Amino acid sequence: MSRKQREEERVRGIFSRRALMLGVGQMGLLAFLAHQLHRLQVDEGERFATLAEENRLSARLLAPPRGRVLDRQGRIIAGNQLNWRALLVAEQTADVAATLETFSRIVPLTEQERGRIEREVRRRRRFVPVVVREFLAWEEMARIELNAPDLPGISVDVGTTRIYPEGEHLAHMVGYVAPPAERDMDGDPLLELPGIRVGRAGIERHHDIALRGRAGAVQLEVNAVGRVIRELDRREGVQGQDVQLSVDAELQKSLRGKIEEGTSVVLMDARNGEVLAMATQPSFDPNVFNSGVSAAQWRQWTSNRATPLINRATNGLYAPGSTFKMVVALAALEARVVTPGERVTCPGHMDLGDSRFHCWHRPGHGGMDMRTALKLSCDVYFYEMAKRVGMDRIAAMSRRFGLGVPLDIELPGTRAGLVPTRDWRLAQGKPWALGDTVVHGIGQGFYQLTPLALATMTARLATGRAVQPHLTRTIGGRPVRGGRPDDWPSLGIPERDLRLMREAMWAVVNEAGGTARTSRLPTEVGAQMAGKTGTTQVRRVTREQRERGFRVEQLPREWRPHALFVGYAPHDNPIFSVSVVVEHGTSGSGAAAPLARDVLVEAFQRLRPGAGGLRMAEAVRTPPEPPRSAGSPRP
Amino acid sequence: MKFERRLLTRERGAGVLEKLWQIPWLFVLLLCAVAAVGYVALYSAGGGSPEPYAGRHAIRFGFGVVLMLSIALIDVRLIARFAWVGYVGALGLLVLVAMHGNVGKGAQRWIDLGPLQLQPSELMKIMLVVALASWFHKASWERIGNPLFLIPPLIAILIPAALIFKQPNLGTALITLMIGGAVFFAAGVRFWKFALLIGGVAVAAPIAYDQLHDYQRARITTFLDPESDPLGAGYNIIQSQIALGSGGFWGKGFLQGTQGHLNFLPEKQTDFIFTMLAEEFGLVGALTVLALLAWVIAFGFLVALRSRHQFGRLLAVGLATNYFLYVFVNIAMVTGSIPVGGVPLPLISHGGSAMLTTMLGFGLLLSAHVHRDAEMAAAQEGP
Repeated sequence: MSRKQREEERVRGIFSRRALMLGVGQMGLLAFLAHQLHRLQVDEGERFATLAEENRLSARLLAPPRGRVLDRQGRIIAGNQLNWRALLVAEQTADVAATLETFSRIVPLTEQERGRIEREVRRRRRFVPVVVREFLAWEEMARIELNAPDLPGISVDVGTTRIYPEGEHLAHMVGYVAPPAERDMDGDPLLELPGIRVGRAGIERHHDIALRGRAGAVQLEVNAVGRVIRELDRREGVQGQDVQLSVDAELQKSLRGKIEEGTSVVLMDARNGEVLAMATQPSFDPNVFNSGVSAAQWRQWTSNRATPLINRATNGLYAPGSTFKMVVALAALEARVVTPGERVTCPGHMDLGDSRFHCWHRPGHGGMDMRTALKLSCDVYFYEMAKRVGMDRIAAMSRRFGLGVPLDIELPGTRAGLVPTRDWRLAQGKPWALGDTVVHGIGQGFYQLTPLALATMTARLATGRAVQPHLTRTIGGRPVRGGRPDDWPSLGIPERDLRLMREAMWAVVNEAGGTARTSRLPTEVGAQMAGKTGTTQVRRVTREQRERGFRVEQLPREWRPHALFVGYAPHDNPIFSVSVVVEHGTSGSGAAAPLARDVLVEAFQRLRPGAGGLRMAEAVRTPPEPPRSAGSPRP
Repeated sequence: MKFERRLLTRERGAGVLEKLWQIPWLFVLLLCAVAAVGYVALYSAGGGSPEPYAGRHAIRFGFGVVLMLSIALIDVRLIARFAWVGYVGALGLLVLVAMHGNVGKGAQRWIDLGPLQLQPSELMKIMLVVALASWFHKASWERIGNPLFLIPPLIAILIPAALIFKQPNLGTALITLMIGGAVFFAAGVRFWKFALLIGGVAVAAPIAYDQLHDYQRARITTFLDPESDPLGAGYNIIQSQIALGSGGFWGKGFLQGTQGHLNFLPEKQTDFIFTMLAEEFGLVGALTVLALLAWVIAFGFLVALRSRHQFGRLLAVGLATNYFLYVFVNIAMVTGSIPVGGVPLPLISHGGSAMLTTMLGFGLLLSAHVHRDAEMAAAQEGP
């Protein structure tokens, strides 16, 4: 054998061994496949056969019950109710249109409904059930079941629907739910379920994730007509968490009964910022959103000049008028441009260049110190204060009182409002004149403040702490931070200055000559109120009118001034703070202050703060890990 | 060299009839049987009709047979000589598709040739085998032991693999690597070198995972736990397993597969065609098809063992491995044994590109068989 042949033999020998290894290895792997097939088709064949039975393995998600919303006494504000519905699974019927045609012979469907169903069928995956009709009556259900063989793809199941027992009374706070839109799809498979609802406004929206819970899943075996034969596997979901609010539903309802259209009342626990009631008129029924709002209903809401869908307490914007004067006084004190005892003479007007600025009291108040100026609400005194301290320092002080800045309230869309500054005006391309500052000293001008912000201001005046208004007490039984006074930092305003404000506000209500003297609390309440009135013009009073002996009662209602009042009680140990805005109520002392008095009387009766009826939240236990869906953290 | 050329001319003169006689007709018959299985499956996938799949399948197979037999008659030495030309050509197509290819399912894989859509990665695998076989053909035992000698073929594997990976087509890229590995192994590269390489890959794998597209990662994770996402990416695997399992021992009967016919099976005419068969013909049918396919692969190894030149041996082993990998990956995928990879089952599933390249490969295999006794420049002494 030549060397060359030997080499060849050697290479060939190695190759043969290796090829054999490869070949045997490959056949071994094919044998493994044969084994896999045997396992699937024989060992587990029966299990898979049931699963495949007429194609009917269906994996369905289980909607967990949505968490409830409770008031501070545990009354249900938003709950769940059983709801029988007909569902359509597109892939179980050859012809969706034909099935719907047959269905509407049993339970009539409108063209509109049919359009919605066909849209949803196109949008969702074919095995996801689509709601054909909700809130079925018992006999409708029976007829559908009876005709099941002619209704391929249709099945009846029981779901839950959201119900708001208090209807329109708490609508602006609790909000409402609606079917998720495309933009709500955040990857949570729960949102693909038929009939699922997501929070669209208010607490329902703010705490949507906590209320929603997590989907469970069930694998069902269903027969040819879509009837469930048995359950193969079930993974329970996580129930949505209950959210307890600080409002008192009964109090809220009662307060709403006392007010007219265009009025808002905000009642807070001044110590910790909890909102106890937030009554506005008009409102709407959130239950309507559940089954879809009709076009007519929507038109009626949106074309109504009284805007029932808008929460006046958080979105209504008003000039604060004289209720703002405490902020001007504090800014002046802090800037040391005045001492409390200094007297400013009020001749009934103040002249500045060519302009004359009138006091509301035409004859003039005479010599005014700070306490008296607040008590009598002398305008000239505050014109002078504003002139001395300047708009920017007034604006800075007002922000410390929660005015013109975003508040932490859990109501999406709440307006921050506006306290103007020189820069703000310059950004609009207009100069800021000294006359502007003077006018803003009495709370008139460009201000846009909400009743909620005014109540917050009052709570801060009363307590000296930077409390934030909030509604949530507990989520899933766990207290939320912010329930105790110590949770809130001090405002950093000297107690001496605050005490002067409180005393003046007490005098407004309880001293002879005070602008709200007629609205002091009845003695049986056992507490005294402190407060401040405000009246804001919605139209300028012309000189001509003034000379003709202008009387506001002669004006048409929508031209009359707004009436405002802010207050708190008891004056020596503040618990409640209240703000009242009566649109076109003519005068703060005539319309707003008496209403505030009635609100506080009722609050003392119902909540009995002295008798332990208005307990604050216990200290927040530090949970082992932060709750998945707690509200926005509070300072 | 002169001698070789003379031999070539003589044989070309001697032989078309002789060569035709040499063709293993039993194997051709076997391929016809496999294609017939494909016809039956596609007939069912078409809802009990030759339209739209089965008819075209038959026509393509007819073309494929002609192509295969034509290539079988080409002298294997000619193939060896032009091996690298073919390799470079296929690589060129791969580059072309990377720049201008049609996007299918989010990946650039296809070149549109009018009636036929060519997937260059399929062609590349065949041409890679030819090129590697020609590289190792002349190598002596000593040269194979030399690591420097192994670097060029290694690069020849890695370039197309990288291009295919970038398409992105992870499955085919891995298959390309495995085919190259098989040829290296058969050529006699030492075990420890493979161990070294595999060790290297184990280190590189986490880095590569980083480079994967989201859908590729999703495949891997849903493979690990298909039930984790029963309505999402795991849906295909679960439905395929249900279809297979529910077929049972004897199957549901021709045209009776509910999973397939009610569209629970995704892409039943391509990647999941085997599931369709197994649902309707049960374990009996599935194992029969598997046995036919194993026979096709075994024939490749038989050709390898009977060849008298290293080129033919390596070519046959490489091509057999190529077909084996199609079969294994596809069936392992539909049984849920490995992640879904979009690998067809050539000769059975619908699709012209895989069918024609596979038949091209079998043509080369037959050429190696017909010319198994050809005198080729033998292994040389070490360097």
